[in-house]
Amino acid sequence: MSNSPTTLFDKVWDSHVVRKIADGPDVFFIDRHFIHEVTSPVAFLGLLTRGIGVLSPERTFATADHNTPTINQHLPVEDPLSANQLLQLEKNTAKYGISHWGLGNPKNGIVHVVGPENGITLPGMTIVCGDSHTSTHGAFGAIAFGIGTSEVEMVLSSQCIMQPKPMKMRINVNGVLGKGVTPKDVALYIISKLSTSGATGYFVEYAGDVFEKMSMEGRMTVCNLSIEMGARGGMIAPDQTTFDYIHGRELAPKGADWDKQLAYWKTLKTDADATFDEEITFSASDIEPMITYGTNPGMGMGISKHIPNAVDIEGGVTTYEKSLEYMGFAQNDSMIGKKVDYVFIGSCTNGRIEDFRAFASIVKGRKKAEHVTAWVVPGSHVVEAQIREEGIYDILTEAGFALRQPGCSACLAMNDDKIPAGKYAVSTSNRNFEGRQGPGSRTLLASPLVAAAAAITGVVTDPREFL
Amino acid sequence: MAYDSFNVLKSSAVPLPIENVDTDQIIPARFLKATERTGFGDNLFRDWRYDKNDAPKADFVLNNPTYSGKILVGGKNFGSGSSREHAAWAIYDYGFRCVVSSFFADIFRGNAINVGVLPVQVSPEFLHEIFTAIEVDPKAEIEVSLPEQKITIVSTGAFENFAINGYKKNNLLNGFDDIDYLQAMKSEISAFAVNR
Repeated sequence: MSNSPTTLFDKVWDSHVVRKIADGPDVFFIDRHFIHEVTSPVAFLGLLTRGIGVLSPERTFATADHNTPTINQHLPVEDPLSANQLLQLEKNTAKYGISHWGLGNPKNGIVHVVGPENGITLPGMTIVCGDSHTSTHGAFGAIAFGIGTSEVEMVLSSQCIMQPKPMKMRINVNGVLGKGVTPKDVALYIISKLSTSGATGYFVEYAGDVFEKMSMEGRMTVCNLSIEMGARGGMIAPDQTTFDYIHGRELAPKGADWDKQLAYWKTLKTDADATFDEEITFSASDIEPMITYGTNPGMGMGISKHIPNAVDIEGGVTTYEKSLEYMGFAQNDSMIGKKVDYVFIGSCTNGRIEDFRAFASIVKGRKKAEHVTAWVVPGSHVVEAQIREEGIYDILTEAGFALRQPGCSACLAMNDDKIPAGKYAVSTSNRNFEGRQGPGSRTLLASPLVAAAAAITGVVTDPREFL
Repeated sequence: MAYDSFNVLKSSAVPLPIENVDTDQIIPARFLKATERTGFGDNLFRDWRYDKNDAPKADFVLNNPTYSGKILVGGKNFGSGSSREHAAWAIYDYGFRCVVSSFFADIFRGNAINVGVLPVQVSPEFLHEIFTAIEVDPKAEIEVSLPEQKITIVSTGAFENFAINGYKKNNLLNGFDDIDYLQAMKSEISAFAVNR
């Protein structure tokens, strides 16, 4: 190792390379591996077919989240295919001695919510899961990214995957965020500037005072959305905010081990003169509450703006026209005042306590618009309990909202939480692809504040009116 | 595992000149409930291919008998979005062995190679040439040579070289996969793990 200045990303990546293959990928060691019911069964089947086992079951953690119902979780899952996936997860984890937080377990919830919540996610670690939003865990200064099922099988059987080292990008956002501008808006703003492929091939470090001042929940939202600009992942250097969040969590280091780890974590930052393959800087004051109008997360804009024309959009005229036709919008439309049929707050992007606090800050003392169907879905049972303890449950109930049980829910609509064809949903989730929230569904991605304002008024509304 | 090795593929191609084809379009989430890796081809591009009554949409390219072949040619940023390997399985299961685009999303590219589908990245200009060749003659043959790392429009002889690292190339040529490689170095991995 040379003494030349290095980045946070280099420090973590290089310390996990077991072997470098000439003209090939690195054999990359994985500290922590999350699995869920949808992308793991074929990997376990692969182990069986090859007659090989799980190398380090203590490094893998399973939770059920993707296809689970968000009501009546105490009853058997009705959909036989979903029930079978859940059963396979239970059987496979039991067979190999892997920790499993299944449906009904008090620790159950969305994988990217429960990992950090329980102190499994720690700075300097390498973390993977068969889910592209694994980038969430980068908020702790970990290298975390989504993998395919073949790679899930690799991690199970050898605790390694084969990865070429990505290029490095730093995104700085400096200044002070305006009223009603949340971490979700910061992320949607960056994606709208970079497009959905603007960071493909890169691993991103987020820096600047906006991220330094951000809570861990906010940092998780930002890192979660890294994949939506094509980046494999995004990370933020750990600091006192990070250490305070981790301290005391059930599976976090304790005592002397804590002191030792903390000393290491404090070294995890980019050196002053380190260089990146790409560096971009934005100003916080340019960001307003965001909303998407198209069918990819890059098609977003400030809520007060009008839908831009095709030449400003990645993908050219064909993609643009196809997208707007699907959404039923036209160039130069304002989004303000557009009718909203559904509101979804939840997901690994915005399903944490801070998100429900924000949502409640607007709905408090008001009533849900009658024609709006709202799904309020906590990211985990722990979040659900916090919602009750903090009185948010009462605020929601008085305003006409029902609280559902944890899971991925309408973010990808694998369960019954599907937005009907043609209907508009303001959603705090991460993808507005065609049919993502149900066949024919039309998704407007936004922050919990924008979602709350829409739920109250029944149309797209600037949340700053309520703040 | 269990994919056919890849050497030289000469085939007509199916054009999909749409950018940002995401994995939710390739295989919608509601079809991810299987616990085996086969059968996904039936639902490849499900919502573009079938209407809500499950009737084939005549204007979608996979329903157009004019176009066929083992090569799928897509617009820029193919495979963005979800990490679901099911997208690559669906493409393989349908019968494609190669996807050509001017740009691939990272996770999809890796998944494709791991299941025996060769992602070939070409310049935007050459991609345009391929689309034009197919437009002129829907049966126009494309030759993809992995040993030479070369893609050729047979009728015109126009070609471009493409990149793939030597390790992955060798895997595809021989039908090897990463798990074979990793199993062979388990003691080295276990020694590494001691300090982690």
